Amino acid sequence: MEENQGVKLLGFWVSPYVLRVKWALKLKGIEYEYIEEDVFNKSPLLLKLNPVKGQVPVLVHDGKPIPESIVILEYIDEVWKHSPLLPQDPYERANSRFWAKFAAEKLQAYAWEALCSRGEDHERAIKASMEALEKMEKELNGKKFFGGDKIGFVDLVAGFISYQLPVYEEIVSMKILDSSKFPAITNWINNFLNHPLIKEELPPKHKMLAYFSNRRNVILVQNSSNK
Amino acid sequence: MEEVKLFGYWVSPFCRSVEIALKIKGIQYEYIEEDLTNKSPQLLQYNPVYKKIPVLLHNGKPIAESMVILEYIDETWKNNPILPKDPFEKARARFWANFVDQKCFPALWKTIWSTSEQYEQNKAEALERLKVLENELGGKRFFGGDSIGMVDIVANFIGFSFRTIQEALKLDVFTEDNFPKLWEWAENFVNCSPVKKCLPPQDKLIANFPPAYMGKTLVSSFQSRLQLPPPGGC
Repeated sequence: MEENQGVKLLGFWVSPYVLRVKWALKLKGIEYEYIEEDVFNKSPLLLKLNPVKGQVPVLVHDGKPIPESIVILEYIDEVWKHSPLLPQDPYERANSRFWAKFAAEKLQAYAWEALCSRGEDHERAIKASMEALEKMEKELNGKKFFGGDKIGFVDLVAGFISYQLPVYEEIVSMKILDSSKFPAITNWINNFLNHPLIKEELPPKHKMLAYFSNRRNVILVQNSSNK
Repeated sequence: MEEVKLFGYWVSPFCRSVEIALKIKGIQYEYIEEDLTNKSPQLLQYNPVYKKIPVLLHNGKPIAESMVILEYIDETWKNNPILPKDPFEKARARFWANFVDQKCFPALWKTIWSTSEQYEQNKAEALERLKVLENELGGKRFFGGDSIGMVDIVANFIGFSFRTIQEALKLDVFTEDNFPKLWEWAENFVNCSPVKKCLPPQDKLIANFPPAYMGKTLVSSFQSRLQLPPPGGC
């Protein structure tokens, strides 16, 4: 890989981890070259740039690779200081990091579990997802975005709620995003999806429905054969 | 006048991380030991989302989650930085800190709580993770270079508690033969002044783990006391 080659992003079209980074680059107006990876048949380039985990996204800036979506977001915010994603105050930054972590590590995991399970596990995962959403509802507290008036760090990380969670709901015929229970989140979803830069950068719904249905089936078969 | 308090539990490596960082920066703080079977109203008030330690309280404002606290400490008290200044090196440090926290710690933890049937498989996974760390350390004294940084701090469990526990339980996961560089790192790490001041007493640590464990699932009271995920929850 040559030095001083600008910004490249290795990604996979449906990955919410990749999408966070795309949105961040777009919000900051950073030009980049996008390289689509097949995560089920990883390229030598991906394995070279992320030898430890072999996962997307990987941002490559002037030849230097940075993996892990949240690490990448922090990096982008530090290198391109305009249109900041994180607040300036250390306490507010800690609060943003806390909620981004919560959305990524808890809500995202529970939602995935709800998609890829049956019976009691499935019911438990729905309950956990809703409890997590309740906490995020409280944190949002009527703000337009988690970042305040503008999209920020937490919005980007939690963004999967807006476009991916409804797809899961449709595939499994479940209800997590109850607008009567989560009015602030519902409002946030509308604001987020209608943001001009976000709107342009969403995976096509019909493709997502097919992809996640397939993933669900594969995982259910794997889990039942592992038992 | 800065007021810094830390709500913690004596054996939690997540609390040790925060204490080591505070000691590195020479920050005066009040330490409050929590009884995890009977959590204080303050802890529940300051960390309503997780109800867990550690919680740092700075001038009345609470911060939870050890990795978030470490970043906060580094941004608020700028002496003796625990993260590199260069954004790319900082990103690398964050990546490795996450790797230790999310991949190494759970793998090592699982070996401690294994039944004899599970042990070999869990050990294989832990060895794989330690190998990656050994490679990353390379010829460096610490992950942070000449002095300890965030990755070293987050890896405190590997440096101290895990070796103590594995010796008491006669496990053979982290050995000097298999991981000479990491072993040397551990020796250097535990002898660092800020780290030495924070380590739980070895005999107290050993007393919490029964010597006869093989073939038995350790009782859940240990899990709740240590406030760490049960096997399968890692």
